[in-house]
Amino acid sequence: MTLLAVERIKLFSTRSPYWCTALALALGVGLTAIIAGTTDNGQMSIGLTQFGSSQLALAVVLVMSALAVTTEYRFSTIRATFLAVPNRTSALVAKTVVVAFIAAVLGEIIAFGSWGLAKVMSPASDLAINTGAEWRHVAGVGLLYGIGAVLAIAVGILVRQTAGAVAILLVWNMLLEGLIGIIPKVGVKIQAWLPFQNANHFLALPGGDPAEQPGAGIDFKLSQWGSLAYFAGIAIALLVVALIVAKRRDA
Amino acid sequence: MIQAVRLRKHYGRTKAVDDLSFTVKPGRVTGFLGPNGAGKSTTMRMVLGLDTPTNGDVTIDGKHYAELKEPLRKVGALLDAKWTHPNRSARSHLKWMAVSNKIPLKRVDEVLEIVGLAEVANKKAGGFSLGMSQRLGIAGALLGDPEVLLFDEPVNGLDPEGILWIRQFMHRLADEGRTVFVSSHLLSEMAQTAQDLIVIGKGQLIAQTTTEQFISDATQDHVRVRSPHALKLREILAASATVTEDAVNGALVVHGLPAPQIGEIAAENQIVLHELSPQRGSLEEAFMQLTKESVEYHAH
Amino acid sequence: MIEAIGLTKRYGRTVAVDDLSFTVQPGRVTGFLGPNGAGKSTTMRMILGLDRPTAGRVLIDGKPYAELNRPLRTVGALLDAKWVHPNRSARAHLRWLAKSNGLPDKRVDAVLEAVGLTQVARKKAGGFSLGMSQRLGIAAALLGDPEVLLFDEPVNGLDPEGILWIRTFMQNLASEGRTVLVSSHLLSEMALTASELVVIGKGKLITQSSTAEFIDRSTGNSVVVRSPQLFKLGPLLVDKGFTVRDGDDGALSVSGATSDQIGDIAAANGVVLHELSPQRGSLEEAFMQLTGDAVEYHAEIGK
Repeated sequence: MTLLAVERIKLFSTRSPYWCTALALALGVGLTAIIAGTTDNGQMSIGLTQFGSSQLALAVVLVMSALAVTTEYRFSTIRATFLAVPNRTSALVAKTVVVAFIAAVLGEIIAFGSWGLAKVMSPASDLAINTGAEWRHVAGVGLLYGIGAVLAIAVGILVRQTAGAVAILLVWNMLLEGLIGIIPKVGVKIQAWLPFQNANHFLALPGGDPAEQPGAGIDFKLSQWGSLAYFAGIAIALLVVALIVAKRRDA
Repeated sequence: MIQAVRLRKHYGRTKAVDDLSFTVKPGRVTGFLGPNGAGKSTTMRMVLGLDTPTNGDVTIDGKHYAELKEPLRKVGALLDAKWTHPNRSARSHLKWMAVSNKIPLKRVDEVLEIVGLAEVANKKAGGFSLGMSQRLGIAGALLGDPEVLLFDEPVNGLDPEGILWIRQFMHRLADEGRTVFVSSHLLSEMAQTAQDLIVIGKGQLIAQTTTEQFISDATQDHVRVRSPHALKLREILAASATVTEDAVNGALVVHGLPAPQIGEIAAENQIVLHELSPQRGSLEEAFMQLTKESVEYHAH
Repeated sequence: MIEAIGLTKRYGRTVAVDDLSFTVQPGRVTGFLGPNGAGKSTTMRMILGLDRPTAGRVLIDGKPYAELNRPLRTVGALLDAKWVHPNRSARAHLRWLAKSNGLPDKRVDAVLEAVGLTQVARKKAGGFSLGMSQRLGIAAALLGDPEVLLFDEPVNGLDPEGILWIRTFMQNLASEGRTVLVSSHLLSEMALTASELVVIGKGKLITQSSTAEFIDRSTGNSVVVRSPQLFKLGPLLVDKGFTVRDGDDGALSVSGATSDQIGDIAAANGVVLHELSPQRGSLEEAFMQLTGDAVEYHAEIGK
């Protein structure tokens, strides 16, 4: 608990988390507002409300999480951290837990905020959350953010530089996994095992419009919850590697 | 007490620290000297568990740094004043450190008061001058009221009052029985600060001894002489001693003749003396003498 | 020669430099001392025309910096070693500086040699240690073979050999007849380097004098005298009205007299001296005495 308090103090005594939170909110909820504003009243769907949260805002959360470690390396406060807490694994795990928790909470706020805003702007649309799939589509965003944060921190620990870590995360999430689908035949098969594709699969609404569902056309071998577990597994595996590296490396 | 036993750190083929053994005793200020690249920083980082030795061992009161529970209560260190987040306030920086080692938060304000930063406690560390950052670093080292203190270039960026303050402070800490280990390049400062010395070069131990012993072993005593007839005196003395001139004030510096003898010679030749003071060698001379071989860059 | 006349610099209501007048003579190293916030850097910047004085002026050999034709040939300055583009090599950095003042390239190699950076001349300055950057900064200052040199904390980041080197180097520059002004906080170092001092506090001149005089004036001084004929010398000194006390192992401790006076008396009376050591206070003691209330941040001494 002590270490969690330490990381909380560290995180909230600088400005960047506030900026990233504001930006994630603006992008996630803002995009929904634009979509709701340009869609005819009555035509909004639950799938449309989460367009911003599951894509743009996720990118911001990945960046925020990576920054939480790379700035420590950038300003050498990581050394001060390891002096205060020589057990590097627990120090870094504490940081991961705090950042992942905040990311998850932020995810829920953005998801339900988007949904609520759409309901207000487009009262005629049927936006009631009834089925389990619909619940998963909205409430699942927080889980995704939490796991995404773990992955981003792992990358941050391994790369140590802000620019490098951010580039890797954004290119991976927004470009690379999509581009692999271009490879004829094999591409789609590979995509079925890529982490962010599986993350999207977890959120997918059955029978939704394929055009608005990322990851459409991929033949996933896992169930939707299985995909989430797979995404989490990859994030945790990467974190374990990062923790081992951090422990062995000179600070 | 800090104890290094056959400590080694190799980076590929470079031997940053090579079979280094030493002991830093409590109750004394121990200076840690060496030319650039001698391995001082690497050694300090190994003491603090930041770098892992390739070989050998370094312990604090018999334990590795990583084995210390609440290490800030045992060891306080200032290695680099810039190890702070520029957007974080001085108080927040100390606060997370305090919380991590279960140090009561009122101690944060206490140490800010001690180093003279109470007024700027809520300002961002990024806006601090080097001297203020240094004071914040010192505050961090004092936070856990530790028995063992490590400082790397503590006077860096401090003004004369700050320099005097930190010197007196280190003496007081040592008098209280704490172990104080200070690395510095400023020998004229270290001569006034450190009672014991550990001198290394090229990663190896050159000397571990008291400051006094170190100086007397490596330098010759000399005599400073001033006289209205300096030219004549210089000529006469040159027959039996080495005479040079002090660049700052033009006094004669005589090596190889004791003061009483110079006095006799002056009297015999009816030369008026305005000064005849025996001088001990300086720490700088002793250091240059002993580290000649292990310097990284030579200027001409 | 550097001359400051009624130099004043205000930032809004803050007076950084307040009616400051002093002269820096050629042929010696002059130390520029003062607590943090005393206005040393601002003064240095005004000398170099980087800051404009609110009132008064500062002249280099009779001219303001801006009026100097090819200033690098008159004035060399090391204010901050980090004023170098990190991706430019040491040599390239000096070459553009040389070009700007119509200096030949061979001068670049000469100064690199002088500061001991020849081997790393083609390496990027961004990868230099603080000590190496400092040497590069000094190389830049020397480029135009200037008559006047300004250094701000020159030993910063240097190792003991570098510190000894720069001290000797500055003293050599002065003995060639150049004007050398050095600002520093390291008093024990300045005591070894500077023969003249300009001391300021809160933007005002506290004193300008020789280092020896500065120390003698503000610290109590005595002279230790040893001689086989102390029985004869002692009473002579008492007669002159000096205070004479017994010191350690048979020496006399004389206060109220300079060692020069005692030496003259001994010589006039045929007294052989075995020791005549003025016990000088340190520059630090003298400085603390004189700048006592001009300090910005007070740490609690003895807490």
